[in-house]
Amino acid sequence: MIPGAFEYYRPRGVEDAIAILQQHGDDARVMAGGHSLIPMMKLRMADVPHLIDLQDIASLKGITVSAGQVTLGAMVTQHELINSAELREAAPVLRETALQIADPQVRYCGTIGGNVANGDPGNDMPALMQCLDAEFTLVGPNGSRAIKAREFYEAAYMTGREDDEILTAIRFDVSGAGYAYEKQKRKIGDYATAAAAVLLTRENGMCTGASVALTNLSDVPVWSQAAGAALEGTDCNDAAIKAAVKAALAEADPTEDNRGPVAFKLHVAGIIIERAIRTAWQRA
Amino acid sequence: MSKMQIKLTVNGRERELLAEPRELLIHLLREELNLTGPHIGCDTSHCGACTVEMDGKSVKSCTVFAAQANGAEVTTIEGLAEPGSLNVLQSAFREHHGLQCGFCTPGMITRAHRLLQENPDPSEEEVRFGMAGNLCRCTGYQNIVKSILAAATELNAAKEAAE
Amino acid sequence: MNDLTPDSAARAAKLKGLGCSRKRVEDVRFTQGKGNYVDDIKLPDMLFGDFVRSPYAHARIKSINIDAAMALPGVIAVLTAKDLEPLGLHWMPTLAGDKQMVLADGKVLFQGQEVAFVIAEDRYINADAIELVEVEYEELPVLTDANKAMDADAVVLREDLAGQTSGAHGERRHHNHIFRWEAGDEAATNEVLEAADVVVEETVYYHRTHPCPLETCGSVASMDKTTGKLTLWGTFQAPHVVRTVASLISGIEEHNIRVISPDIGGGFGNKVGVYPGYVCSIVASIVTGRPVKWVEDRMDNLMATAFARDYWMKGKISATKEGKITGLHCHVVADHGAFDACADPTKFPAGFMSICTGSYDIPTAWLGVDGVYTNKAPGGVSYRCSFRVTEAAYFIERMIEVLAIELGMDAAELRAKNFIAKDQFPYESALGWEYDSGDYHTAWTKALKAVGYDDLRAEQAERIEAFKRGETRKLLGIGLSHFTEIVGAGPVKNCDILGMGMFDSCEIRIHPTGSAVARFGTISQGQGHATTFAQILASEIGIAADSITVEEGDTDTAPYGLGTYGSRTTPVAGAAAAMAGRKIRAKAQMIAAYLLEVHDGDLEWDVDRFVVKGAPEQFKTMTEIAYASYNQAIPGLEPGLEAVSYYDPPNMTYPFGAYICVMEIDVDTGTHEIRQFYALDDCGTRINPMIIEGQIHGGLTEALAIAMGQEIAYDDIGNVKTGTLMDFFLPTAWETPTYTTDFTETPSPHHPIGAKGVGESPNVGGVPAFSNAVHDAFRPFGLKQAHMPHDHWRVWKIANDLGLHTQG
Ligand SMILES: Cc1cc2nc3c(=O)[nH]c(=O)nc-3n(C[C@H](O)[C@H](O)[C@H](O)COP(=O)(O)OP(=O)(O)OC[C@H]3O[C@@H](n4cnc5c(N)ncnc54)[C@H](O)[C@@H]3O)c2cc1C
Ligand code: FES
Ligand code: FES
Repeated sequence: MIPGAFEYYRPRGVEDAIAILQQHGDDARVMAGGHSLIPMMKLRMADVPHLIDLQDIASLKGITVSAGQVTLGAMVTQHELINSAELREAAPVLRETALQIADPQVRYCGTIGGNVANGDPGNDMPALMQCLDAEFTLVGPNGSRAIKAREFYEAAYMTGREDDEILTAIRFDVSGAGYAYEKQKRKIGDYATAAAAVLLTRENGMCTGASVALTNLSDVPVWSQAAGAALEGTDCNDAAIKAAVKAALAEADPTEDNRGPVAFKLHVAGIIIERAIRTAWQRA
Repeated sequence: MSKMQIKLTVNGRERELLAEPRELLIHLLREELNLTGPHIGCDTSHCGACTVEMDGKSVKSCTVFAAQANGAEVTTIEGLAEPGSLNVLQSAFREHHGLQCGFCTPGMITRAHRLLQENPDPSEEEVRFGMAGNLCRCTGYQNIVKSILAAATELNAAKEAAE
Repeated sequence: MNDLTPDSAARAAKLKGLGCSRKRVEDVRFTQGKGNYVDDIKLPDMLFGDFVRSPYAHARIKSINIDAAMALPGVIAVLTAKDLEPLGLHWMPTLAGDKQMVLADGKVLFQGQEVAFVIAEDRYINADAIELVEVEYEELPVLTDANKAMDADAVVLREDLAGQTSGAHGERRHHNHIFRWEAGDEAATNEVLEAADVVVEETVYYHRTHPCPLETCGSVASMDKTTGKLTLWGTFQAPHVVRTVASLISGIEEHNIRVISPDIGGGFGNKVGVYPGYVCSIVASIVTGRPVKWVEDRMDNLMATAFARDYWMKGKISATKEGKITGLHCHVVADHGAFDACADPTKFPAGFMSICTGSYDIPTAWLGVDGVYTNKAPGGVSYRCSFRVTEAAYFIERMIEVLAIELGMDAAELRAKNFIAKDQFPYESALGWEYDSGDYHTAWTKALKAVGYDDLRAEQAERIEAFKRGETRKLLGIGLSHFTEIVGAGPVKNCDILGMGMFDSCEIRIHPTGSAVARFGTISQGQGHATTFAQILASEIGIAADSITVEEGDTDTAPYGLGTYGSRTTPVAGAAAAMAGRKIRAKAQMIAAYLLEVHDGDLEWDVDRFVVKGAPEQFKTMTEIAYASYNQAIPGLEPGLEAVSYYDPPNMTYPFGAYICVMEIDVDTGTHEIRQFYALDDCGTRINPMIIEGQIHGGLTEALAIAMGQEIAYDDIGNVKTGTLMDFFLPTAWETPTYTTDFTETPSPHHPIGAKGVGESPNVGGVPAFSNAVHDAFRPFGLKQAHMPHDHWRVWKIANDLGLHTQG
């Protein structure tokens, strides 16, 4: 499996990268860890005549937690997410999710920016970002803008990012909510059969905030407002959980693949969502 | 196709060569530098047979372009011990029958090497999880896990003795 | 030099002979990354060849345009069937008596089929050129369902066979029929079934899968035009057979062909066959005068080379009310894909499927196998098993289970009731095999005890109650398997491949200073031959294993042999080693007698020396004898100390084992966890326990994969759905359980050292154990049979079909 040839660029600044994107339009693409892009290029399912490697852009790196906000540079790797002491405090759900992505080698290379920008419904981070209500910073020729993760995904591999924009950072609030990322897969290295991210806030035994999002159960990540609403104001009893699962499933629209037929996926999704809610509630 | 100048340090030695940017690191190592320890088992970043260490990370060199490795420091199985001698992990694999056909072995040992750098005293479960990016078709992993745990014990004992 | 230790046992231990867990000599190279596999071979001026492959499963080729590819700098040639035709190489014979297209001749018959061979300066240019070859196809109706292959209106696949009503294995009854093969007495079996108290009928499907060794297949061909000598390196499990085939199809005299199997990164049956890539690399080297390398990638490997299994087995089993089995009837529809390229002994087109009476004393039986063509890849190789033995074992171990259900009996008890008893060996089976030795009851009892079988059943009963009360959603499955293998093919009188008898060979040379080199017709793919053969020899000739170099895989130096697969190496080549060793010892005895000035009958062998009977201080060690053989003129004896043995086994060997798998199954998600796996193997005499254990671990993990998810799946139009390791299930260390191994030791009475072979037992016995565990978990809810692989959604579907999701 050999990719097609390309010109290679390794700019040191975001502006330089954008300039190359502008110059070559459709023919240019940025590469972060390369662990979604390179396999596609090797299968010749992606043809990239101009490849822009982001590894030397220092401003895309780093994890900061300050003023109640977490900011992740796009080039932060999954390995770094797992090993960050700060994140373990501020957003432990990132670690829990990252640990369920691929395998150790892939996690050293794969970045959060690549994972959320990719637009593959199998990626785990997009649903989590929706669950966290994260905001993506996109920088293009006309400067910078912010877009909510919940508004970013349009269809498989179609996002709200313009071709000449680069996703530079991801931002979300620190929260003490109970969390869970539950994922069923066939083996390590596989994408989700079904996965769910859940955050629950508990006050005086009642759920005061709930956020539920799903991975690989539609052509885009699914953030289910209705599922959250079904839990809020309850003590997360069986009936509330049942209602939340039902609401979330109503928004799921999986397709049949080697992991199984639609009925199976929906059933498993129901179980996974329920487990995620129960775990999150326990931790809340 | 236009080639580019690539400079990298491999097993402690600086190397400079011309390569197409798209050349995969695994091919650069195996074909340009004759380091045939790392192998190709799947081409799709699932098997880990091509695992090498790059800038302190275990990477699947079938999924890294030569161009990306420009400026990097790379260690392959050939660089883990003095030529002709076995390091602790290599001996442990032999001692505990952690290999059969040997095809996965260079990637396995290179990965295990990094795992033990990051977690010198892993549990069996941590070894299994930390080695899950490397497939073996022959051993069923049981003796690989045993070898790595034994190597950890030995390395820790040596460290303690030195202190 | 001479070991003066008087204690025989101490001297024996130093030899590291039979029974010693000797560390492997191979590992010193492998752990340093110094293996030498095919893709590591680099020759001056070497070119790289690769295929344009068919995207369609069945299509006519209207045209192939190579102009754009040829225009690419660095492309040397693009070969199509038209170029091979004048050489008579556009088709090649298969090992099964059929023929196979080397490059598509007019049409393609499976997805991934080789259409054109591009030869270029390197693999990058090659890959670019492949994209530039334009092939125009006209799609044809696709046949993927083997059970419909013989429908009257089924599409004709093999137009080249039009009008041929018989093939290599007799009558062809339909245009997509390959052969019918039978064993046993069908009329008698039907009578028994009709008269029986109890008969159960079940269709057992053993799905299509693939051996998938970590190294794919490849070759490097180098035609030296000045010497006229062709050297071919490749991933060959049977290098000598490859040489013979290469000679037959190329017309190059066999002495001018040197075939070398370098280190092989796992075989498991994948590397027995002869593939178009090998042929094309040879042709390309002849055409270009330069060495040519071909190495397939993983997708090519899974799509095009060597599938395994794909047997639809329809069974009927009968018994008395008390559970004594009276008869077995089995009809198989065997999906062979587009060409019959199975690597079976010639007279056994269905391999040794007729071992399907298993470990049981079944007085009357019949087996019929119909091989059919479909639009799938050819192969039908023995994936870590001896020629369809795994299909047979899976079939009978499922039939026993469904019979137990019908009888309302415990499946462990039903097995014990029907085992061939120890005193029945040698045992003649109803389907014509003579089982050499066995002690099934002892092994079974030991296994049941080891896992605490009765307690497990009690726990299972409690679990079912708890499940019914809604307290748990997990079921417990206890998977039983008692298998009997038939390995070590085989006696030349009935076993051959392409006419070559399935003997094997060993040649030993003792050097003057008492070390040795031994060469074999086999080839290791990870089994550690360099280690174990030396151990057999050490025990036979009294030279330390560490002083014996083992060489295999180079046809210029090694004696002719049929190679390594079907667990035949220890039974056949291992026997050859022992026999050659005995020849050495016989000559050594004459030399010792001369040196000690006694009659050779007055000497006795003691570990590493001949000792004068009754005078222990008078002896000559093998080292002394070796030296003498080179430096003294001994009347009546030729100088030197060498021997060759070509061993034709009198019978197969019949290893057996008892495996038990305890599995937790989540009925809602279809996921499972293996709580315990106990494997007792009886492989006769144990040569190296460490290596045996390693073989068991590896084979069990393959069995786990096959039973729980691994498959080569096709969609309706013949697209391969599982072409990468994302979808083709190979478990990682995380999904793989820890196994407990155990053994009994019942030597083979006819093998020189009593060894039976072990490499494949865990695959053969493991698959039914895992699968039976899944079945057993759902048995209380009415499950009789569910096809493998038991991946999450299929297990979920079992639960769903049984109504277990609506109850919860
Ligand atoms: C064997 C294997 C298993 C995997 N399993 C999983 C899994 O279970 N779950 C999962 O989520 N992922 C999985 N992945 C994917 C992996 O996590 C990828 O690394 C990740 O999806 C992409 O990150 P990357 O940095 O490698 O991106 P790249 O591959 O470099 O880029 C991916 C895409 O995003 C674009 N892009 C990257 N960075 C930016 C940016 N800053 N701005 C704009 N566009 C950008 C690229 O142009 C490209 O189109 C797996 C990968 C492999 C090889
Ligand atoms: S070849 Fe690189 S991961 Fe398999
Ligand atoms: S030893 Fe053969 S693949 Fe691991």
